[in-house]
This record gives sequence, C-alpha cells and structure tokens, in this order.
Amino acid sequence: MEPADEDRIAAVLAGDTASFEPLVQKYSPRIFAMARRYARREDEVEDVVQEIWSKAYQRLAGFRGEAPFEHWLMRLAVRTCYDFLRRHQRNRESSFTELTEAENEWLDRFVAAPAEAPEDADAARQLVQRILDELSPDARLVITLLEIEERSVKEISRLTGWSPTLVKVRAFRARAKMKGILAKLARDKYL
Amino acid sequence: MNHKLLQEKLLAAARAHPPSDRVPYAFEKRVLACLPTQTAMDPLTLWVTALWRAALPCVAIMVLFFVWTRTSPGPGESAPAPVANLGSDLETTLLASVSFENELSW
Repeated sequence: MEPADEDRIAAVLAGDTASFEPLVQKYSPRIFAMARRYARREDEVEDVVQEIWSKAYQRLAGFRGEAPFEHWLMRLAVRTCYDFLRRHQRNRESSFTELTEAENEWLDRFVAAPAEAPEDADAARQLVQRILDELSPDARLVITLLEIEERSVKEISRLTGWSPTLVKVRAFRARAKMKGILAKLARDKYL
Repeated sequence: MNHKLLQEKLLAAARAHPPSDRVPYAFEKRVLACLPTQTAMDPLTLWVTALWRAALPCVAIMVLFFVWTRTSPGPGESAPAPVANLGSDLETTLLASVSFENELSW
C-alpha cells in the first residue's frame, strides 16, 4: 500500500527530502493544468509550477493536516498564479485589428448566425485568450475560476483568501469589463 | 452584435477545452534539485529551536563561573579562598552601601 500524503509530509519535515518527489509526481498534472490557464508560454508555465512547489516545500511545516494536502496545495497554487498575473500585468490595450484570419472568420460566422458559431473552434479559444489577456489580474482570476472552471463563490473565497462578498463584487466588475472589451471588439471590427 | 451571447459562446469555448495537464519529462527531478536547503519553520518552532541552541552555551558559562568562584583567591589572599568565605563575602558586598551610610552617620 502507498504511504499517505501525511506520512510523506512527516518524512519530508523529518529531513527526508526524497519523500517530496512522490508528492510532486502525484499533483503536478493538476498544477500544470492550472498554470496553463494563466501563463501562455511553456517556459513561464514551468517557472510558475516550479515556484509553487518551492513555496510548498518551504511552507510545509505550516500544513496542519486539517484539510487534505491537495486543498492546501491548490490554494497555494492559485495565489502563486495570481502573483504571476500581477507581476506580468500587461498595461497595453491590444487592438482587435490584430485578429487572425481564423478569429475574424469565426466572428463573422457568429454575427451571421450566432447560434451556429462553433464553440469547439480553435479561433474561439484564441479569442477568449485574447480577451482574458486584456483583463486585470483579479478580474481574470475570478472569471477563470467562476465562469470557466465553474467553481462556487465559497470555493473561490477559500482558494483566493477573498471574502465571498469581495468575490461577488469582483465577479460583477469582471463581467462588466469583459462586456466592455467585447463591445470594443465589435466597434473596432464592424464600425 | 449580441455581446451577451458572444460572451457566453466564448466562455463555453474555454470550458470545452481545458488546458493540458502534461508534465515535462523528469520535472520532479528539476523541482527536487532546486528546492531550498531548509523548510521554513513556524515562529514557535523557530523560538524553541533558538532556546535549545542557547541552552548549551548558557550551561557552559554557568559551569565556568562556578569553577572560577570556587578557585579564585579572595582579596588579599594568595591561596584559594575557603568555601565558607564565599557566603560572607557576598553578604559584605551586598551590605557595603548600608555599612558605609552607618559609618557616615557617626
């Protein structure tokens, strides 16, 4: 039988660094999937994940075992991704005249027949990424967690450390900001 | 253009394609190689560790003083002071100011 996470953590705290490796192997896929939502380039993704594991190791003594290790780790991961977004905040308003041909085609199809525009198209995904890049770090985080990962307000509150009211306020503002970006996109393209 | 519907479509597109969870080859080795040498401890553990580390030098200093007070000669003595004198020496030192004031009152 495999040792439990708690046993491995106890071993790491007792000085057995090698016991940390199975934890990294077990949880890295989830952490990579999360980091890829916020960092675009693969080298940035790897650096973020590296930072998450480094912090997890340094703060391991603070894990009291009241909740599963995975929850503790995901909280740390979300906060590190948020820090990454803040550090790499792009203070530029990208022009939607830079849209690729595929993105333009997808938008044209949407305007012609909104219900028929495919949701599984690469162009739609690229367009979402472009819009998310325009958002502020907290707006992007809350839209990703609430609208894309479909987590509850309570869960987001636990992950981010924000109060449930603050999560709702930020979600409201983020949706409004996103609508504003889409309106700008429509103006740039069709007016 | 219906912005609300466009927003829903785009978010649905993002939901439909979660990012890959692929981990680069031997990533765990890289993580382990870059780990800091020590885990950060909580303040209480840090305090307790510091106290334990300070205990040994404190005991050593105490033993040294004990040995020194036992072996050092008293004032005006060439030989080591007798153990019995230590108590009276301490008393004399502590009461020196009182005796001095009494002398002045005469």
